[in-house]
Amino acid sequence: MEKILTVEDVHISFDTYDGEVKAVRGVSFDLYKGETLAIVGESGSGKSVMSKSIMGLVPKPSGKIVNGKIMYKNRDITKLSSKEYRGIRGADISIVFQDPMTSLNPTMTIGHQIMEGIMVHQKLPRKEAEEKAIELLHLVGIPNPEQRVKQYPHQFSGGMQQRVIIAMSLACNPEILIADEPTTALDVTVQAQVLELLKEIQLKMGTSIIFITHDLGVVANIADRVAVMYAGKIVEIGKTEEVFYNTQHPYTKGLLAAMPDLNTGQDELQTIPGSPPNLLYPPVGDAFAERNEHALKIDFLHDPPMFKVSDTHYAATWLLHEKAVGKAKEIDEKIKVKKQSKTVGVQKSVRQEKLLEVKGLKQHFPDSRQSVIKAVDGLTFDIFKGETFGLVGESGCGKSTTGRTLIRLYDATDGEILFKGVDIRQQNNLNKEVQMIFQDPYSSLNPRWTVADIIAEGMDIHGLYKTKQERMEKVYELLRTVGLLEEHANRYPHEFSGGQRQRIGIARALAVEPKFIIADEPISALDVSIQAQITNLLRKLQREKGLTYLFIAHDLSMVKYISDRVGVMYRGKLVEVAESDELYANPLHPYTKSLLSAIPVPDPNIEKTRKRVHKTEWDMSASDYQLREVVEGHWVACTEAEFMQYKQAAQKEMLFV
Amino acid sequence: MKVNEAEFTDDLFEEAGQQFKEKKKSGRPSSSFWRDSWIRLRKNNGAFIGLILIIAMILLAIFGPMMNSYGFDDQDLTRANLPPKVPVLENIPFLGMNGVDIRGMDQYEAKGVTDYYWFGTDELGRDLWTRIWQGTRISLYIAFLAATLDLIIGVAYGSISAYYGGRVDNVMQRIIEVLMGVPNLIVVILLILVLKPGIVSITLAMVITGWVNMARIVRGQVLKLKGQEFVLASRTLGAKDQRLIWGHLIPNSLGPIIITTMFTIPTAIFTEAFLSFIGLGLQPPIASLGTIVNDGFKMLRIYPHMLLFSSVIISLIMISFNLLGDGLRDSFDPKMKK
Repeated sequence: MEKILTVEDVHISFDTYDGEVKAVRGVSFDLYKGETLAIVGESGSGKSVMSKSIMGLVPKPSGKIVNGKIMYKNRDITKLSSKEYRGIRGADISIVFQDPMTSLNPTMTIGHQIMEGIMVHQKLPRKEAEEKAIELLHLVGIPNPEQRVKQYPHQFSGGMQQRVIIAMSLACNPEILIADEPTTALDVTVQAQVLELLKEIQLKMGTSIIFITHDLGVVANIADRVAVMYAGKIVEIGKTEEVFYNTQHPYTKGLLAAMPDLNTGQDELQTIPGSPPNLLYPPVGDAFAERNEHALKIDFLHDPPMFKVSDTHYAATWLLHEKAVGKAKEIDEKIKVKKQSKTVGVQKSVRQEKLLEVKGLKQHFPDSRQSVIKAVDGLTFDIFKGETFGLVGESGCGKSTTGRTLIRLYDATDGEILFKGVDIRQQNNLNKEVQMIFQDPYSSLNPRWTVADIIAEGMDIHGLYKTKQERMEKVYELLRTVGLLEEHANRYPHEFSGGQRQRIGIARALAVEPKFIIADEPISALDVSIQAQITNLLRKLQREKGLTYLFIAHDLSMVKYISDRVGVMYRGKLVEVAESDELYANPLHPYTKSLLSAIPVPDPNIEKTRKRVHKTEWDMSASDYQLREVVEGHWVACTEAEFMQYKQAAQKEMLFV
Repeated sequence: MKVNEAEFTDDLFEEAGQQFKEKKKSGRPSSSFWRDSWIRLRKNNGAFIGLILIIAMILLAIFGPMMNSYGFDDQDLTRANLPPKVPVLENIPFLGMNGVDIRGMDQYEAKGVTDYYWFGTDELGRDLWTRIWQGTRISLYIAFLAATLDLIIGVAYGSISAYYGGRVDNVMQRIIEVLMGVPNLIVVILLILVLKPGIVSITLAMVITGWVNMARIVRGQVLKLKGQEFVLASRTLGAKDQRLIWGHLIPNSLGPIIITTMFTIPTAIFTEAFLSFIGLGLQPPIASLGTIVNDGFKMLRIYPHMLLFSSVIISLIMISFNLLGDGLRDSFDPKMKK
């Protein structure tokens, strides 16, 4: 295969107030024609900076390429002047950013935005440029491109906006397309469509794609080759199958183990302890050593070089050194043994008492123009004591609103919410019984308070202590419970990493000793290895304190892993409720089916053969459209006629079994 | 990096056998928010200089006029337009503190004056030292009045309006719009219909309109903050309105609040000077830095000292408030903590 881009030993540093941050520390790779190279890594691993350096977009003057070459068409593009770079950007190499909302100019029609590049690079007259723009919109699958070309970005949905951006980046037939987390801000079903679109375009145009992501499922779906980055270095690179099935580096192994796939049982998730190193002071030796339980002594002394596993597969770990062959096997054994010993099935909670009953809950918000937005429109479900109820759905389906209404951040428009059999509006100490864990660990802690004050806020409000001494004791105890240290009490939130902040948020919720916790996407803003830590912590707390959770999320594999029962929401309504295993094994509602088929699984072989369900619209207007129980505990929203079908199918299955 | 292969002894490939532990950093003693802020402020040289200058000016404004026997309105045409003359310093010729005017004539000798006038005198023979510090009192009074109004009415109005939102917000914002729509000058003129021109009418005019900007800025901040998750978290813990406003919303708006205050103070001082200039402000013989500057600039070519000292003082006030404001903003922000 033909190499079109070679990156050689690139080092990128940022000058900050505190010193030099070495964001990229010697990265080398080749990009071949027509392939998709995925770069995976946690936040701060340098993957974004790396890809921006190819576009010459490293922010100046603070950031600079200290060393190394990026060879494209026999030129080192790091040495180009900004004028020469402009000739390359968009025409030869183009980029798609993460957030479609901010990458489009809201005051220009999308036609103009697409034409801009065409007119600059290809010097086409206006008329032809416009035709080309329409053609491109057609290519990326936007219906009625002739009319859509005259519209403004706000008239498109998120997925459509991302399509427009892809059309823009394809405008001048670039050889290389850099996609920087292009699907992270999108819903799973839309993500599946965008991924498919990228694959299609690659087939048609032979573009090479550098795909940056933190989601191993997406990698398995789209990538031909994978490069795993950690602390500014590539630790493992190879064909997708090689990296997934013949994993060499302990970090890659950890990442793969930390993701629950849809088949993982209820045993504890493997985690990678700690958090990535601070690149202000990059560690000596293997950067991953301090988080690696089985690190070798040499890992702390010398930086491992790239060892060759096969012609296409390289990994930077001393385990591949000829002297470590025996040791590597030994460690593999140990991990296997440990995994087996952990596979003790946690028993499912027994459903007895109803803790929370929701009946016909409606939450409408007035719109500016006399109309109302029906965020939640007639929800009915129960949550039993000691269970975890998962609530999934796409953004805007009302799942967060439901959570907030349950804790009375909003007052319900209509319907009844009973907590322990009593209406929540008549509960005096609802705020002590029910607590909430929030999504964004960066905005959920008051930046001007110390951790001790944040955690103790609930105790302050309810007067749960007598002396200052007692208050601090309790704070220390909570810090230990969530896996932090006592000395953290006097620090401010900005001194902590995302995962640690989420732990503080959990400690705050626990401070008032609640019975029921609403977790509103508690892990979706965290890195994969940290997600597993927090999930394990939540499960541990549930076991120890007998908590009941409402777990709101859009990540279906995580929901399946943590929940006993799952409710699927669509446009403010529940369309299906069932035990999580039952729901995933036997989804009935077409929406659930399409959701499930859209989740990328971190397994390339499965991804290659999977079929996606594309139906995205349902007629829910039928008068007899309501939740009905098909099998015991499995409820589906359907019409009378559909209900009979489901019922028959279920009975047939029973007969076979 | 080239590493010699021979260095790799077999035992290097043994497991290090570490257990992962959270790394301990040296613990920090617990200290309150205000203590922390004070420590940070003291480390900031600029802000500390600003603070010292402000204190010095306050002291001089209080005690300056008492340091000699001249009253601020004692007129004596025989000692009019004297340049500054200070004991001891008069012996250093280039300082210009020896009573010699720009034409090289010793005015004290020419007019037969034996006293010392540290900042010289004005055209009516009034002692400028006394008048300038008397004027500084007025300027500082205006500065503190403006700051207090901003901090009390402005912050309260803005945060209440934004926090309660809906109809409350709607009504409160319409009131502000009406206040913004009427020019300051008109308000003062209308007040003078009822009251005499002077410090009272200026004060009242500021009470009516001086805090409007701050209210708008605080409202914007609170609107932005009140949807944030830490505020929601506090509400789910059962916090009452007061706790939310004073504990969460206002502390997190401190940056813009301090900056706005620091912008309001110079504006207020200049408003006073401007009003005095057009005759709607302080009436002679009362001195303010504004009136002294106005008097001085008419004879800038001949008697530069009249303008020099008053404008230096007015600039120092502005600079030190700005330095202090910058420092305060940083010191109230825990993110600046090392």
